[in-house]
Amino acid sequence: MSKSSDGGIDLTRPKIIGAPVQRLEDPRLLTGHGKFTDDVKLRGTLHVALRRSDHAHARIGTIDTAEAEEMPGVVGVFTAELLDALTRPVFATSKMKDYHATPVRALAGGKVRFAGEPVVAVVAQSRYLAEDALAGIEIDYTPLEPVVDPEEAAADNAVKLHDHLPGNVLVARRFGVGDVEQAMGDAPIKVGGRFRFHRKTPTALEARSYLADYDQGTRALTLYASTQVPGIVRDALVEVLDMPGSKLRVIAGDVGGGFGGKASLNPEEILVCALSRHLGRPVKWTADRVEDLISTSQSFDEIVDAELAVDQDGTFLALKADILGDVGAFSIYPWTAALEPMQVAGFLPGPYRVPNFSANVRAVATNKAPMGPYRGVGRPISAFVLERLVDMAAKKLAMDPKEIRLRNFVKEEEFPHRTGSGIVWDRSGFTECLERAADAINYPALRKRQAEARADGRWLGIGIASYAELTGIGSRLSAAPGMPINTGTESATISVDSSGAVTAHFGIASHGQGLETTLAQIVAEEMGVRLEDVEIVQGDTSAVAHSTGTYASRSAVIAGGAGTLTARTLRGKIIEAASHLLDVDMADIDFADSLISARGTNKTMSLRELARAVYSQMGSLPGDIRAKVDLQASEFYDPHFGTTTSATHLAAVEIDPETYEVSIEKFVVVEDCGRVINPMIVDGQVHGGVAQGIGAALFEEVVHDVTGQNISATLVDYVIPSAAEVPSMEVHHLDVEAPSTLGGYRGMGEGGTIGAPAAIANALNDALSHLGVEIMELPMTPERLFQVISAAQDGEAESS
Amino acid sequence: MADKCRVRITVNGVAYDQEVEPRLLLADFLREDLDLTGTHVGCEHGVCGACTVLLNGDSVRSCLCLTVQADGAEITTVEGLGTVDNLNSLQQKFREHHALQCGFCTPGMLMTATDLLSKNENMSDEELREGLSGNLCRCTGYEHIVNAVRAAMNE
Repeated sequence: MSKSSDGGIDLTRPKIIGAPVQRLEDPRLLTGHGKFTDDVKLRGTLHVALRRSDHAHARIGTIDTAEAEEMPGVVGVFTAELLDALTRPVFATSKMKDYHATPVRALAGGKVRFAGEPVVAVVAQSRYLAEDALAGIEIDYTPLEPVVDPEEAAADNAVKLHDHLPGNVLVARRFGVGDVEQAMGDAPIKVGGRFRFHRKTPTALEARSYLADYDQGTRALTLYASTQVPGIVRDALVEVLDMPGSKLRVIAGDVGGGFGGKASLNPEEILVCALSRHLGRPVKWTADRVEDLISTSQSFDEIVDAELAVDQDGTFLALKADILGDVGAFSIYPWTAALEPMQVAGFLPGPYRVPNFSANVRAVATNKAPMGPYRGVGRPISAFVLERLVDMAAKKLAMDPKEIRLRNFVKEEEFPHRTGSGIVWDRSGFTECLERAADAINYPALRKRQAEARADGRWLGIGIASYAELTGIGSRLSAAPGMPINTGTESATISVDSSGAVTAHFGIASHGQGLETTLAQIVAEEMGVRLEDVEIVQGDTSAVAHSTGTYASRSAVIAGGAGTLTARTLRGKIIEAASHLLDVDMADIDFADSLISARGTNKTMSLRELARAVYSQMGSLPGDIRAKVDLQASEFYDPHFGTTTSATHLAAVEIDPETYEVSIEKFVVVEDCGRVINPMIVDGQVHGGVAQGIGAALFEEVVHDVTGQNISATLVDYVIPSAAEVPSMEVHHLDVEAPSTLGGYRGMGEGGTIGAPAAIANALNDALSHLGVEIMELPMTPERLFQVISAAQDGEAESS
Repeated sequence: MADKCRVRITVNGVAYDQEVEPRLLLADFLREDLDLTGTHVGCEHGVCGACTVLLNGDSVRSCLCLTVQADGAEITTVEGLGTVDNLNSLQQKFREHHALQCGFCTPGMLMTATDLLSKNENMSDEELREGLSGNLCRCTGYEHIVNAVRAAMNE
């Protein structure tokens, strides 16, 4: 028995939405028959290898390609000189004041701005031969002073990356509410300090891959791309290549993970398209892992100086922060350099009442790979900083970390609540998530066990992190501040073809989330057909007129909404056609499990029979009816603002006092993601997000040396967690109140990564609290733990 | 370019007799020469395990193995397990337990698990996780993979 969407009990039909149905994409992926971009083989394909910059910052002098051009199998060797003639630069523009855009180009010209930036492209008969020829290229560089430290980069006298700009600060903004200085001055208790979240890279298992196929006959170009945003890429290529959208198609087939690293326009996408059009042949480039680690957009690189003021009873009084985001060499397209650091500020007040808030945000360019979106975008840092501050305040007040959170959460009667940064929370289970997580982990018993462990000299810690995020963001807000691209709407087109088959077209682009399954669940249930009868077309710009892709926890909410509306419209047409064909009132037509029947009679009709009657049997329907019941529909959905998703993560960790190895004993997540479409998929999203959060907290860091060289460019150096490091997790879902989104869905793809770093940081801090250690930096590798513990012990020795 | 070498390799029960460059990686031989693109290349330095295949029944990284080293060997790739219409029991468990998301690491994960299950009858969760720790997955957080392999082991 299940509840129907109008609240009544529907006993007649098994529900598809909410059921843990097995994924439709799995059989092909389990048998090696998925089609990832590098699996696409086109006759006559040429292969690209890239000579990337060895320098973080240098002027490019002469480039000698003569030897490379003579090498076996080489078709051509290309530099910015040709590429700039074949393409137009594209800029990530913004309506934000005092924002400075930087160009996105296929190859670096004039200057290189990070070690790993593509400079020369070799095109050859095979990738082996193209890579051989890289050795035959001589580039004469004049090294420039590398700009590596973000604070030095932001200084007035810093060496500039972009000569045409006033400095390296690409955007600066201040905002807030209330009088923070006054409130801070009057407050009895203040906690704060400098927090450092080190640079990460999304590291999808499939490295980026692009194959462009220019058809000389039709002058049309198809780009097969491992991208999350085929629509954004297509629309940018229209400008870059000066071709109409009707001649440009971007297909993201099976995509091997993205996490934000495939959500921006990349130079190599422009490159293969321009070269394919120039050469009249298919041109493919696939990143190797080193290229992926040095050139794919990176993330989460922030320094945050923050302070929280609280009253004696734990009530939050004021919060202020100064946020410096190291955005790398370029302002990423289309999200801009503002995306990540602005989001840190935007979500800093969290799920709490904070009457006075101010944030000062700067995005500064350095000689590193550009910063782009990564799962959680800014919010893992907001949650880390805020949740650490909350625990610091609790410690000062000798209050339990759970208690101080419960006192300050936005309460049920206070929704909708506008935060100091202007975000509006609709009702979500802030309090319920924490209470339920504490119950699930048996918080009092765990605290007792911790006390016993401490008495035995063991370093066991418990960490809580609660957060709120905005998902399914509609057209009234922008996924990135000031960005002129609309990411808030989706349309769907569903048709029943002449064979009776149902095909639903969407603009989103699944890259592991199982959207072929979840959208099929929605369409099947809303329309009245069987799941296996729905074909989902997505990840292809030819599917709908306008699309962007899948990012920002938007697809289930916005595409789900468009699918719902379209399925309902088409269902109405089918019922109307059937009522004429079966000669009964529309109210007496049942349509479920792909079968149409006239209630109280033995008259039934399959969709195939209905389609044949509508399309082929002329005269079966009156002309005016036939025009009305064309078996296709297209509807548009805009949630306008979006909806709040919230969660509490609770971690119990133990640190080995000898090796400083951290083991995660327990990890509990309780989250409110609204109505669950497929609980199996929701669990999987949480698990995966938490694993990435664990990586961010304990292992992962992109390291640059003082010359700007990336010295973590292998998977031995950039450590992502394996099955041995990720614990078994417990995940619970709350459905506190249906949000106003159509279908009651909230987005939930990113949350795991938002809460986990903060929960682990607090647990580590708790484990070491008797040593006077404060965890202010992530990742907390064993080496960093050793350093902070040693520093604390040295400090203690000095003061005693 | 060095002279080509003759290799005789059986892949998924089919015998091949071909001339290859000595430097050709087994992963590229499978993907490019035989068009068996189910074997994925994730790092080319032996860390991620996406390219894992069975060589005479043992799991190996096909990105660290030259084709000529596999001369005379029997190779099994993911295409040699069940089919779309008839998944084998491990593949079926992966589906039932939602042990894959993007599916890129999945072929390597299946081959490693096949090797593990063929050599160990009873593994604790810790042993299972250790056994799978040479295969990286960025999507699932491993929980569902461990559940799927355990279910296949207990069947």
